[in-house]
Amino acid sequence: MNVTALKFEINGREVEAFPNETLIAVADREGIEIPRLCYKPGMEEVGNCRSCMVEIDGERVLAPSCCRYPTAGMKVSTDSKRAVAAQKMVLELLMSDMPEKEYTRHNELDFWAGKMALGRPRFAARAQVPRDASHAAITVNLDACIQCTRCVRACRDEQVNDVIGFAFRGESSKIVFDMDDPMGNSTCVACGECVQACPTGALMPAREAALAVPDKKVDSVCPYCGVGCQLTYNVKDNKILYVEGRDGPANHGRLCVKGRYGFDYAHHPHRLTKPLIRRAGVPKTGDFKMDPDNVLEVFREATWEEALELAGGKLAQIRDTFGKRSLAGFGSAKGSNEEAYLFQKLVRTGFGSNNVDHCTRLCHASSVAALLEGIGSGAVSNPVMDVTRAEVVIVIGANPTVNHPVAATWIKNAIKHGTKLVVCDPRKSDLARSAHRYLQFKPDTDVALLNAMMHVIVSEGLVDKDFIASRTIGYAELEQNVAGYSPELMAPICGIDAETIRYVARLYATSKGSMILWGMGVSQHIHGTDNARCLIALALMTGQIGRPGTGLHPLRGQNNVQGASDAGLIPMMFPDYQRVDNPAVHAKFEKAWGATLDDKPGLTVVEIMHAILRGEVRGMYIMGENPAMSDPDANHARESLAALDHLVVQDIFLTETCYLADVILPASAFPEKTGSFTNTDRLVQIGRQAISPPGDAKQDLWIIQQMAQKLGLDWNYKHVSEVFDEMRHTMPSIGGITWERLEREHAVTYPCMEEGDPGLPVVFTETFPRDSGRARFVPADIIPANERPDADYPVVLITGRQLEHWHTGSMTRRATVLDAIEPDPVALVHPLDLSAMGGKPGDVITIESRRGKVTLYARADDSSPRGAIFVPFCYYEAAINRLTNSALDPFGKIPEFKYCAIRVKLGGQVEQQGSYGGGQILEDMAQSPA
Amino acid sequence: MNHPIIPIAVQGASRERKRQAPKGRRVEPQALSEVQALLGDESRQADLLIEHLHKIQDRYGCLSAQHLAALAQEMRLAQTEVYEVATFYHHFDVVKEGGDAPAALTVRVCDGLSCEMAGARDLIDKLPGILGRDVRIVPSPCIGRCEQAPAAVVGQHPVPFANAEIIAAKVAAGETKHVPAGFIDLAAYRADGGYALLRDCIAGVHDVESVIAKMEASSLRGLGGAGFPTGRKWRIVRSEPAPRLMAVNIDEGEPGTFKDRFYLERDPHRFIEGALIAGWAVDVETIFIYLRDEYHGCRAMLEAELEKLRADPPMPGMPKLVLRRGAGAYICGEESAMIESIEGKRGMPRLRPPYVAQVGVFGMPTLQHNFETLHWVRDILEKGADWFGSHGRNGRKGLRSFSVSGRVREPGVKLAPAGITIQELIDEYCGGMLDGQQFYGYLPGGASGGILPASMNNIPLDFDTLQPYGCFIGSAAVVILSDLDTATAAAVNTMKFFKHESCGQCTPCRVGTAKALDLMQQPVWNVTLLDELSHVMRDASICGLGQAAPNPFDCVVQYFPHELTK
Repeated sequence: MNVTALKFEINGREVEAFPNETLIAVADREGIEIPRLCYKPGMEEVGNCRSCMVEIDGERVLAPSCCRYPTAGMKVSTDSKRAVAAQKMVLELLMSDMPEKEYTRHNELDFWAGKMALGRPRFAARAQVPRDASHAAITVNLDACIQCTRCVRACRDEQVNDVIGFAFRGESSKIVFDMDDPMGNSTCVACGECVQACPTGALMPAREAALAVPDKKVDSVCPYCGVGCQLTYNVKDNKILYVEGRDGPANHGRLCVKGRYGFDYAHHPHRLTKPLIRRAGVPKTGDFKMDPDNVLEVFREATWEEALELAGGKLAQIRDTFGKRSLAGFGSAKGSNEEAYLFQKLVRTGFGSNNVDHCTRLCHASSVAALLEGIGSGAVSNPVMDVTRAEVVIVIGANPTVNHPVAATWIKNAIKHGTKLVVCDPRKSDLARSAHRYLQFKPDTDVALLNAMMHVIVSEGLVDKDFIASRTIGYAELEQNVAGYSPELMAPICGIDAETIRYVARLYATSKGSMILWGMGVSQHIHGTDNARCLIALALMTGQIGRPGTGLHPLRGQNNVQGASDAGLIPMMFPDYQRVDNPAVHAKFEKAWGATLDDKPGLTVVEIMHAILRGEVRGMYIMGENPAMSDPDANHARESLAALDHLVVQDIFLTETCYLADVILPASAFPEKTGSFTNTDRLVQIGRQAISPPGDAKQDLWIIQQMAQKLGLDWNYKHVSEVFDEMRHTMPSIGGITWERLEREHAVTYPCMEEGDPGLPVVFTETFPRDSGRARFVPADIIPANERPDADYPVVLITGRQLEHWHTGSMTRRATVLDAIEPDPVALVHPLDLSAMGGKPGDVITIESRRGKVTLYARADDSSPRGAIFVPFCYYEAAINRLTNSALDPFGKIPEFKYCAIRVKLGGQVEQQGSYGGGQILEDMAQSPA
Repeated sequence: MNHPIIPIAVQGASRERKRQAPKGRRVEPQALSEVQALLGDESRQADLLIEHLHKIQDRYGCLSAQHLAALAQEMRLAQTEVYEVATFYHHFDVVKEGGDAPAALTVRVCDGLSCEMAGARDLIDKLPGILGRDVRIVPSPCIGRCEQAPAAVVGQHPVPFANAEIIAAKVAAGETKHVPAGFIDLAAYRADGGYALLRDCIAGVHDVESVIAKMEASSLRGLGGAGFPTGRKWRIVRSEPAPRLMAVNIDEGEPGTFKDRFYLERDPHRFIEGALIAGWAVDVETIFIYLRDEYHGCRAMLEAELEKLRADPPMPGMPKLVLRRGAGAYICGEESAMIESIEGKRGMPRLRPPYVAQVGVFGMPTLQHNFETLHWVRDILEKGADWFGSHGRNGRKGLRSFSVSGRVREPGVKLAPAGITIQELIDEYCGGMLDGQQFYGYLPGGASGGILPASMNNIPLDFDTLQPYGCFIGSAAVVILSDLDTATAAAVNTMKFFKHESCGQCTPCRVGTAKALDLMQQPVWNVTLLDELSHVMRDASICGLGQAAPNPFDCVVQYFPHELTK
């Protein structure tokens, strides 16, 4: 838009402005103060508080400066007697209804009343309402509400959770949750955006958490998911008081319940504060019962010297006795880039093999395999934010409102601005309500649906011929392959009628910009790679990639799964996806690291578990992962871990995996260290240390280095920046990012090859990073799930996550608010399935597969399709991965978490909870003063 | 830190509840199937929310939380989006879980100024004792029957000149529906030459330019109260980019106003023809007709007449005529609030600019007219531009339909020349004052137009003539006070009304009306503070409601100071 500046007057002073700037913004720029309450930059201007009224020459009444735009020659007065009288009177009217008690240290009404030198209000106060303390995270004090609707806009326009409404009328107008329900009974997801928006503390963090004065504020990022929200820790006396959203590229101030309220796990009494050594004679068995409260029954405390000597010394001994491949290491996608880099370097140069992997294997390994094969890069082509530039967005096999909540807000924002969303998922996620089309296809039939869509695109001539000709190879095979997949043929298989398939295919193919986002519903199948191949082919054949508002975006799960993979925490690649069996690459890294390196790809997560039982892997070093909970067929995984000669686990809590360790090294929680983290958008950001680790717990980088020294490596990195600097010299894609720039700019996107490059959010605009510069079509055919339902096990089990809990629950079930909101293990069962079984909502059920069984509560939830049950894997007392199938995708080696056969019966005894979970932290707080 | 012990999660969802179902209220299958049955195959688009709420309210006598949740799911809205709309309008009774549904029958007794002067308060106090617990008595803001004061509505049946005995009889007889009769229906209207003018327009006998020019020359101004020149409005909206829409405002709710009902009850096709001509001149796609919910009989009649018209349209490609039902909200008479309501939302006025002509219904340019404005279109075009302006008195031009109520002998709609004085109106059109009563004062423009003393009985009543006195004529709702009344009581009555009807959006009106009423109910008025309050309400309220709400008390202070020193 070509907008030219104009001139007008404020308070007799001529100023220049653009016609699309509000008067209040111009006044702010000119240093002219005008009160404001309902106005908040970034939100829609609604002009309801009327405290920012100004006088405009020639107008009958005053105008709200937050909603008015200048015209040439306009004469505006912000300080005329009439304007000031109105501003002050509005503030006085509101002040007269305020309670005595302060709910926030930043009351904007008090601030402006002070500025305007307002006296005691002369009006009698309104009748007040009692507080609502029904929610674990947020207290509602409507006696301080000024009806400015900033919370409504935060909830509805920004986060699009649609929980808060403005109900009733006139003086009775009231902020409500759902239908004026107690907040704790409402559909509130506790993103806290409303609290952040409230100017008077009418919505405030529960238990007056934000009334204390922090002694420092530390800018960091969120430790949970791959969205990579920037946040600020407010710290006092080495304790995090509360968290605020910060204006980062991925979140612009927004957070979700985990990011905002899930921080106090770091202060949980279960934190490991001393190195532990397994007591002699305590056996390791896979079927243990554990309670972190009784840690000293199994382990004894030790000094760091003793623990490291045992931990590293024994690993070195195994290596020297049984060979280099007898050791393996699991790093963590929760750790920093630097930790991931040093960990894989330790395994490769210290252990001497490529037996290093991490949880990427369990999430997007298949997507990455397909992406590397098809377009030469495992990362996303476009950032999430590009949904706001897309005309059509397909979300398939992903539940972003739960797993990438802030990313979901951008999708919902885009919908509000006209983007058409197509949700394809057997599970009916919350996004389905706002979707243009919702395709509830049958579980496990992704390829059928996607091939049918491609069939339509091919047969109706909707392909982008130029793109195919100039940018791809292998189209003929694909075209031939999809010819056999007409929508009519596929409709009965995938459960979506042919007309809908045709409609969606046309919509995707013909829009100006179509983007695909996917999650674990696509990847966690034995045909996960095929699923992803189809998505890639869809984008390629329609040319919906390489431009803003198009492309492929596998939503990365962990906060640093992108970075950990980039850093080489995978068995077949050195850092930056350079294959270990490529001689040139191999030589380069041997030179760079000054060590002899294995040129054979190592074993993956599940392969390592099998190798242990075969006696091939005898010692492991696990940093920050919990395979005893997170691996499929967890009983088997636990047996494997128990069978190790030597297991060293580095973690912050006594996890299920720790329970099988010989040595436990107490490590640092996220806010206790500094490092860089790479989000789903390829955005490298800095997490900064806000508090110090408890007791003798140490930062992970220090521990890895100590371990390295015990393994004979002469490492001496004095600062995390030195590690980063080494990384960028071995990883061309981040070659141009310096630590100083990260510190200065907080976030830099790669590829950023040369210092000074801006970084590229959208890639593949000209070529694909494959040998020919062209992307490759890879056809896929239908492969059924490894274990289909049958007469004995007639129901399908789908596993995944829920909003409040992270992965295996070790952090979030120790976070006060998160544990209080979701205290107990539940299985999501379709209400009709539940009543068909003769059960009621909340009844205890036992579900069993060929590999194990758990007992938990049946939550009636019609998001599950009929005949399928969804269970989150975070509950130790009902560890669902005891049931899952460890069958692997042949390319990505990812297990089939999203499909196995089970049977369900009413009844059973839910395993008693130990010393965490069940909402006990909050209950304890409620019973005793803090 | 020494925190007090705060009881936590006392009212929140229990652990048991969390195990049972996802967060929040779940939709009960039975409620869902009931709502689905009521809606049938009607569209679920969001702007039909109020229409659908009416269906549930009419069928079940209230809106249960379960039905609202089911409706939300059916319309793909959030529960709170449904709830905030349902609780905005007076005619919806939302009943939460565990709450009591209202009695099966509701009697609304108007407590507007004219009805209050005629004894409504007494009726409201007496009726519960007479009708018992099976009937709910609800004091109601002006129901537009001021010439029949005190007026009440039994169910949906209006009762003029109500007293306890008549109401009890209607209740006993189950007379709760209003079946209008005696109006000019489509056949009669056509027989009398109706829609010929429209046909001539379509046929090219009149071209758009000449019609608009005629309207411009006619001196017809918007008769809803704002007085914007009609022809100029057509020209402005016509120049906006298509698609364009039209909205007809029959939400007359200004206390004392009943002229629109008066004409609508008698001659409904006249305004429809006017609307179709306007729609043709401006080239609109759809004409929304927004009718206040209180006019149940008119609605039934209009629905039937519109259906006849659709079956036998007077023009090819007739714009879609959509009747929308208000739900009890004075503010929806404000044009932008009405548009919000047409869109199925809370009736909260929009900030201007942009103006409705540019950004109206569904964000499209919209021609918005008061009912009566369109009522005169046919006459003006048939009788010529000069006809309307040829009337007038005291230097003013045009005709005004005065809704006269209060202490006159013959209240009612009086079609009189613009510019007539109050004294002339009382004497020539209303048969003088009621026996034995002295003219004391008058409200020239309903609740919001201010109050003038009898001594100021020679001001021409028209647009623009009352402004110098801090008053305005608005919709020409004239309420006559006598020596039995006080201006103070009238002002308190109107402020109660404004407080009740404030939409709650902006501080000066939401808080201001409440604080003003509080001050006005003190034994001694704090005139200084009221004056300051008046200024902020006038200067800083979003819409006319808040801007005009101080008029009555300002007039008391200015013209009736003797009442304050008693």
